[in-house]
Amino acid sequence: MVSQPLSDPLQLKEIADDIRISVIRSLAEAGSGHLGGSLDLADIFATLYFSILRHDPENPAWPDRDRLVLSIGHVAPVLYATLAHVGYFPKEELMTLRKLGSRLQGHPGRDLGLPGIELSAGSLGQGLSVAAGMALAARMDGKTHKIYCVLGDGELQEGSVWEAAMAAAHHSLDNLVAVVDRNGVQIDGQTEKVLRLEPLHKKWESFGWSVLECNGHNHSDLLNIFRSASVLRGKPVVIIANTVMGKGVPSIEGDYRWHGKVPTKEQAVEFVKELVDRKIGG
Amino acid sequence: METFENRGNKATKAGFGEGLLMAGTRDPRVVAIGADITTSVGVNLFAEKFPDRFISLGIAEQNCAGFAAGLALSGKIPLFSTYGVFASLRAADQIRVSICYNNLHVIIGGAHAGVSVGPDGATHQALEDIAVMRVMPNMTVLSPCDASQTRILTLQAFERSGGPVYIRFGREPMADFTPEDLPTTIGRAQLLIDGKDITIIATGHMTWEALQAAYSLEKRGIHARVLNIHTIKPIDEEAIIRAAIETRLIITVEEHQVTGGLGSAVAEVVSRGFPVPVHMIGMADRFGESGSPAELMKKFGLDSKSIESAVLRMTDKKK
Repeated sequence: MVSQPLSDPLQLKEIADDIRISVIRSLAEAGSGHLGGSLDLADIFATLYFSILRHDPENPAWPDRDRLVLSIGHVAPVLYATLAHVGYFPKEELMTLRKLGSRLQGHPGRDLGLPGIELSAGSLGQGLSVAAGMALAARMDGKTHKIYCVLGDGELQEGSVWEAAMAAAHHSLDNLVAVVDRNGVQIDGQTEKVLRLEPLHKKWESFGWSVLECNGHNHSDLLNIFRSASVLRGKPVVIIANTVMGKGVPSIEGDYRWHGKVPTKEQAVEFVKELVDRKIGG
Repeated sequence: METFENRGNKATKAGFGEGLLMAGTRDPRVVAIGADITTSVGVNLFAEKFPDRFISLGIAEQNCAGFAAGLALSGKIPLFSTYGVFASLRAADQIRVSICYNNLHVIIGGAHAGVSVGPDGATHQALEDIAVMRVMPNMTVLSPCDASQTRILTLQAFERSGGPVYIRFGREPMADFTPEDLPTTIGRAQLLIDGKDITIIATGHMTWEALQAAYSLEKRGIHARVLNIHTIKPIDEEAIIRAAIETRLIITVEEHQVTGGLGSAVAEVVSRGFPVPVHMIGMADRFGESGSPAELMKKFGLDSKSIESAVLRMTDKKK
C-alpha cells in the first residue's frame, strides 16, 4: 500500500539522522564512495520519501507513483539508505554497497534489480533530461503524478542541464520539480572558485522556471517548500536547497575534501558518535 | 544468377520516414522527437500526421537522447533522429548511460550517412557512427541498403520487444531494388547472389554497387557471392563464416571508416571462426569533403569499379 506521509518535522529529523548513520556505516564498509553529499541530502531524502512522494515500497512499479530521478548518481548511498529505511529492501543489504554482485552499485544501476531505482545514472548532467521526458509522457497520458529530479550544484556546470532546463520550460512541464543540492562545493573546491554558478536563482528564472529557495536541513521549511512546489502551475519548479556538505557530522561539515572520501571503520564509529551526541544535545 | 532491378532512385531517408509513419499509425505509444532538422531527417510525415506525438526539442542532441530515455521509461516508444554525426557523437554519453545502460527501447535515426551526403562536406558526413554505436552494450545497429529495406527495418525496430536501436540512412536518392518477397529480419544477412570465388559483404548504399561489380565480374568468369549486411549488430556470424569457408576470400564495402565499421565487424567474426583474408573498402581513416555524391563516391573508391578492381587483385592472388 501507499505509505502514509509523515508531517512531523521532528520525526523527519530522526529519520534523516538514522539515514545518515546507515550512510556512514555502508560507506565505511564499502571502503570507497562519496560521503559529503550523501550526508547533506539526508534531510531532503527523508522529507521526500517519508512525506512528499506518493509511492508504494511494496509495489515499486506502480504506474501512478511519483518518480525520483537521481541525477547525481554518486550520492547513491543516501538514496539506498532512504529506500531501505522506507521499506523497499532490508537494511542489512546496505552493507553490500559497491561489492561484487551487489544490487547497490557505486552509481545506481537498474539492471541489478534493486527496487525503487528509477534510473541508472552517474554521468553528470543527464538526469534532468530523463526527468523531463518522464514529465511530458505523464502529461500525454493524462497522469497526475510528479517527477522529482535531484541535481548537484557542481553538476550545473554541465551544458546539457541547461538544454533540459530550456526544454522543460518550453513545454511548460509543471509536473516536474528539480531540487538542487546547493552545498557550494565540488571535488576541486568551492563551486564559485571552480566555475561560478551565481547568480543561480536568476539563471533558472531566466530559463523560465519557478524558483524556490530553502534551507535544505530544516524539515518544516522543506515540507512547506515541497508542498508549494506541487501546487505551482504553468512552469517547472526548481528548489535551490541550501545545504552544508557533510551535514550531521560536525567535524567534517563544510569540508569539500569529504566529497569523494569515506571514513575508516574507526572514523565511522567516531562520526556516528558525533551525530548521536548532537542528536541528544538537540 | 539473380539480377536485381532498380525500381527508381529513392533516398533511404524517405524509407525511414515511411516506416516511422507506419509504426506510428499502428502503435499509439510511438512518439518522435524533433531536433530542428525534422524534414531533413525524415520525421516530417509523422509530425504532420501526429502533431500530439511530436515533441520539438530544438538543437540540443544531448537533451534529446536523455528525454527519449525518460519517455521510454514511461511506456512510450520514442524516436529521436538527427544527422548521424550528431546522434552518435554529440549525444554519445547520454546514449551510453541513459539509453543503453538502462536498456531502453529508443530508436535513434542517423541521417546523412556516408560521403554521399555530398556538398555539405566533412562535418556533416557520418563516417564513424557505426563504430561508435556498435561498441555500446545492448545497442542494435541497422544499416539498410535501400529505401524499401529502410522502411521494413524501421518498422521492425519499433515492433521488436525492446532495447535501443540505431538505424542509419542517407540523403541522396539511390537505387531502390530489394524485391518485396526478400526475407528481411533484423540480425539476418541476405544472400543476394550466390558465388564460390569470393564474397563481397556490403552494407547501405554500397550493396547496390557490390551487385553491379558482381555482374561485371561474372562476365570475366569470376563468381562473386554478394551478402547484404543490414544488421551490423548483432551480426549474422553464421552467414559470414559460411562465406569464409565456401569462398575463402572476403571483401567488405561500406560508406564508413574502415576502422570500426562493417569491415572490422566481419574481421572479428572471421578471425574467431574461420580465418581468411579480408580486404576492406571504405573511408581510409580520413575525412570526406564537398562535391557531388557521385564525384565523392568515385574519389573515395566507393563504387562498383573500385570493388571490381579490388576483387580482381584478390582473386589473382588466390590463383
